[in-house]
Amino acid sequence: MRVGVVTFPGSLDDVDARRAVTLTGGEAVSLWHASDSLQGVDAVILPGGFSYGDYLRCGAIARFSPVMAEVIKAAHAGLPVLGICNGFQVLCEAHLLPGALIRSDRRTFYCKDQDLRVESTDTVWSNAFTPGQQINIIIKHGEGNYQADAETVKMLEDENRVVFRYINGNPNGSLHDIAGITNERGNVVGLMPHPEHNVDPVTAPTRDGIGFFESLARYLGALASRTQGGTA
Amino acid sequence: MAKIIVDVMPKPEILDPQGKAITGSLARLGYSGLSVRQGKRFEIEVDGEITPERLEQATQAADSLLANTTIENYVVRVDQ
Repeated sequence: MRVGVVTFPGSLDDVDARRAVTLTGGEAVSLWHASDSLQGVDAVILPGGFSYGDYLRCGAIARFSPVMAEVIKAAHAGLPVLGICNGFQVLCEAHLLPGALIRSDRRTFYCKDQDLRVESTDTVWSNAFTPGQQINIIIKHGEGNYQADAETVKMLEDENRVVFRYINGNPNGSLHDIAGITNERGNVVGLMPHPEHNVDPVTAPTRDGIGFFESLARYLGALASRTQGGTA
Repeated sequence: MAKIIVDVMPKPEILDPQGKAITGSLARLGYSGLSVRQGKRFEIEVDGEITPERLEQATQAADSLLANTTIENYVVRVDQ
């Protein structure tokens, strides 16, 4: 399992994302924003941070970087892509996911352990959880308030594309308590919480982030056995 | 040099937390009865004359990068 982690100027959590990939049994591959090569990876993570200093809008400049042109193309072809925090903002700006993330309605930067409910396990990045499972993952953001028009939110709910929802308190005013969503195909997931921080008991109260990487491994394993079955 | 102005504002139905903070601060300073929404103004310097093609180019730039039309509206105009 080779997982690419993109580094933009201003990315902060690329190192932790690579560490989480390694800790969960994968091979982490560094991808540079200015390169147009994905180096044949099996999946891509867009990490948290402040790409391009959050200039213009969070994720707005990063969305047009050379590596993103390749990520967008590959995502449309089914490549698993996970956007965490700033990565979620980049995915929305790139129109790989609908809606947008604006400043918290309380205008504060939140950094805390957040309870979430797994609403959909029908994605590449959440299939190792059980539907309705309660998990706890770190959040740390000022602009994670998910907004979209009523029609889009209804579509997300009707199609079971809200993957994670804030419970026991909505930290930012996000519509329908949305913490993370997926695309129609389930290969692209974006969320504000940081699963890469919840993989090691030394630095986090839970290891609930491991489920994301287990989900990817299960998906890639199933894909490989199907491909082998087809060619055997 | 000729300039094109692009004004970007959060859509009316979208919450504007920055505008709310400014509104609150104004009230504390005694400027009562004022309600602020905060947007962005882009001043674009153009080589040569501003032609309909230039305006179209600026409109495309506004649509693809300067504004996020999911949450913002924009207006493109020539600086007089």
